[in-house]
Amino acid sequence: MIGLKFLYLLGFMVATAVFGLIVGWVDRKLSARVQFRVGPPFLQNFNDFFKLMGKETILVRNGIHWLFITAPLAAFGMLVLISTMIWTALILHRGFGGDLIVVMYLMMIYSVALVLGGASTGNVYSSIGAGREIKLLLGDELVFIMICLVPVIQSNYTLRLDQIITHQAENGMVIGSVSGAIAFVLGLLCIQAKMALPPFHIPEAETELVEGPLMEYSGPLLAFWKLNHHMMYVAYPLLLVLLFFGGFKLQGIDILWAVLKYLLIVVLMILIKNTNPRVRIDTALNFFWRIAAPLGLAAVLLAVLGV
Amino acid sequence: MKLNENVNHVPVGPFHPLLEEAEYFNLTVEGETVVDIDMDIGWMHRGHEFISEQKTFTQSIFLVERICGICSTSHPLACVHAFEDVDNTDIPERAAYIRSLVGELERIHSHLLWLGLAGHFIGYDTLWMWSWKYREPVLQMMEIISGNRNHYGMMRIGGVARDVDPDRVKTLRPILDMLDKKLKMIVAAAKDDPVLKSRLKGVGVLTKQDAIEMCATGPTSRASGVPGDVRTDEPNDAYGWLDFKVIVTENGDVWDKLVVRLLEMLESTKICRQCLDKLNTVKGPILNDVKEISAGEGIGRYEAPRGEVFHYVRTDGTNRAIRHKVRAPSYVNIPTYSASCKGIPIADALITLASVDPCYCCTERALRVKGEHPDAIDFLKLSRAKTERIRREIHGH
Repeated sequence: MIGLKFLYLLGFMVATAVFGLIVGWVDRKLSARVQFRVGPPFLQNFNDFFKLMGKETILVRNGIHWLFITAPLAAFGMLVLISTMIWTALILHRGFGGDLIVVMYLMMIYSVALVLGGASTGNVYSSIGAGREIKLLLGDELVFIMICLVPVIQSNYTLRLDQIITHQAENGMVIGSVSGAIAFVLGLLCIQAKMALPPFHIPEAETELVEGPLMEYSGPLLAFWKLNHHMMYVAYPLLLVLLFFGGFKLQGIDILWAVLKYLLIVVLMILIKNTNPRVRIDTALNFFWRIAAPLGLAAVLLAVLGV
Repeated sequence: MKLNENVNHVPVGPFHPLLEEAEYFNLTVEGETVVDIDMDIGWMHRGHEFISEQKTFTQSIFLVERICGICSTSHPLACVHAFEDVDNTDIPERAAYIRSLVGELERIHSHLLWLGLAGHFIGYDTLWMWSWKYREPVLQMMEIISGNRNHYGMMRIGGVARDVDPDRVKTLRPILDMLDKKLKMIVAAAKDDPVLKSRLKGVGVLTKQDAIEMCATGPTSRASGVPGDVRTDEPNDAYGWLDFKVIVTENGDVWDKLVVRLLEMLESTKICRQCLDKLNTVKGPILNDVKEISAGEGIGRYEAPRGEVFHYVRTDGTNRAIRHKVRAPSYVNIPTYSASCKGIPIADALITLASVDPCYCCTERALRVKGEHPDAIDFLKLSRAKTERIRREIHGH
C-alpha cells in the first residue's frame, strides 16, 4: 500500500514539474508578446533546468551549508505535497479532515524555507531579501487565511478540500457570491505575493538586490528553486480553481472548462505581472494590512451572512 | 569605524544590475533605510583627454564621439564649439540646422533609453520594452541622416560632414510624424499611470537649494526648479532661431525628473520639425573648411541630454590641441546623491541613483591611485603640476 501511495506522490511530482515548466513557457511567451518581444522556444525552461542541473554548486565558505542545501530541497518537498493534495482533491475527489489547513501551512513553510536558505549564506543582498520575504509573508498570510475561510464558511464549515468541491458542485461556485468574488480578487493578489511576482517581486528585486535570497545559489540548487517557482504556477492557481471555481471534471467537454478556468487565472496573473512596477515593501504591507485585510474580513462576514 | 549591529553596508557596484557600467556606491543602511552613501567613481577611466592631445583636430572629434555611446553627438558638438571658439569660426546656416536636428534626435533617443531603464529599475519591464521599441524610429532616422544608428560622425570644425538633402527630408518627415504620435501616446500613458506615479512621487527629493549649491545641470536641476539650459542661456547653432520651451518643474523628486524628460522629448520633436522645414528652404554650403587653427584657447558648451557638457581646448598653432579637458554633466549630477539619497528606503535610493541618468564613462576624466606602494604615482598631483606648467607657459609667470 505504501508503495502505491509513493507512486501517487511520484506521479503527481513529475506531472506538476513538467506541467509547471510548460506553464512557465506560457508565462514567458505571453509576457514577451505583451512587451513586443518574440519570447523563448517551447522547450527553453526544460533546457534551462537540465543545464543548471549540470552546473557546479558553489558553497559559501562562511555559510551554514546544510541549511543552504536542504532549503531548496525542502521547499521542493513542500510543493510536491501541496500539489499532490490539490491534484488528489481535484481529480480523485479524495481528502482528509483539515487538509486545507495543511495546504495553507505548507505554503507558509515554503516562504520560510526561502528565508532560511537565503539567510544561511550571510550575503548582504540575501539577508535583506530574506527580511523582505518575511515582511511580505506577514503581510499576505493574514489575508490569505481570511480568503480561504470564505469557501470554508460557504461549504458549511468544512475544512476538507474534496467536500468544498462537492458543495460547489451542488450549490454553484463560490465566486458567484459577493463574498466569493471579493475573496477571489484578494486571493489572486496573495498568490502574486506568495510567488514573488510583480508587483510583489520585492524580495528578489533584480535591480536592487540582485535576486535577493537566491543570490548565492548556483547549479542544481538554483535549478530546484527555479523548478519550485514553476511548480507554484501549477499548484497555486489550481488551489484558487478548487476554492472558488468549484474544481473541474476531467471528462468530455469539461476538460475544456478545466483548462479555461486554470488559464483564466494564469493569464490574469501574467497581466497583473506585466502592467505593474515593483512596489516598495512598506507600500505592500500598507496594502495588505490597511486595504486587503479589512476587505478580507468583510468577505468573511458576508460569507457568514450568506451573501 | 564604530561597530554597530544595526548598520549594514549594501554595495551597489562595481558590478550590479542597476548600473550598466562599472561604478561603486556603498550604501550604509539601518534596516532598510539608507543613512549614508559613499561614492567611488573612477572605474571607467580610459584616458580620453590624453589620447586627444596626441591626435589632430579632426581625429580628436572622432575620439570624443567615443566617450559616450548614448550622447555620442553631444561631445563632438561641444568639442567643435571649443575649436571654433579659438578663432571665432562661423558655420553656415544650413549646417547649424543639421547640427540641431541631430542633437535633438539624440536627445529623444537618450530620454527614451532612460525611460526604459528607469522602468526596468523599478521592475516595470513592459515600460522598458515599449519605450525601447519607440526608440527604434529615432535610430532609423539617424541611419537615414548619417548612415549610422549610433556614433554618427556628423560634426566637423566649421560645419557638418554630411548634408541632409531634400530627398532625405522627405523620407524623414513621415517617420517623425509617426514618432511624434507614438511619443505623445507613451508620454500620456506614463504621466497618467497611477501606479508609476505613486511609486515615484516624492522619492529622492533634490531641493532647489541643493541643486544650486551642487551645480546640478540638465533635467536634474530643471526638475528642481532651476531653469538652466545652454540652448536658451547661450544659444549656439540654430537654437537661437528656433521656437521651443525649457521644461522646468518644482518638486525635484524622481517623478518630476521623469516628467521633465517626457515633456522635453515632445519639445525636441517640435525642434526637429522646425529644422526639417528650414532644411527645405535654407540653401548653401554645409562646411566652412577650416585649414588651420591659431594658438589660443577655446571653450565649447552644449546641452547634452543629461545636462551641460563642457569642452576646453588649448592650441599652439599646430594641428594638435596641447590641452583638452572635458567636463560631462554626470560629473556634477552624481554628487547630488549625497543630498537626495539619504533617509529613504533602499528601493527608493536605487531609483534615485538612476534618476539623474548617470553616464559614468562620460564622467571619468581622471584616475587617482591610492596606495602605499612606494612606486604608486599620485595622478592628481601630476595633473595639477601639468595644469600649473601650462598656466605658466601661457601667462609667463
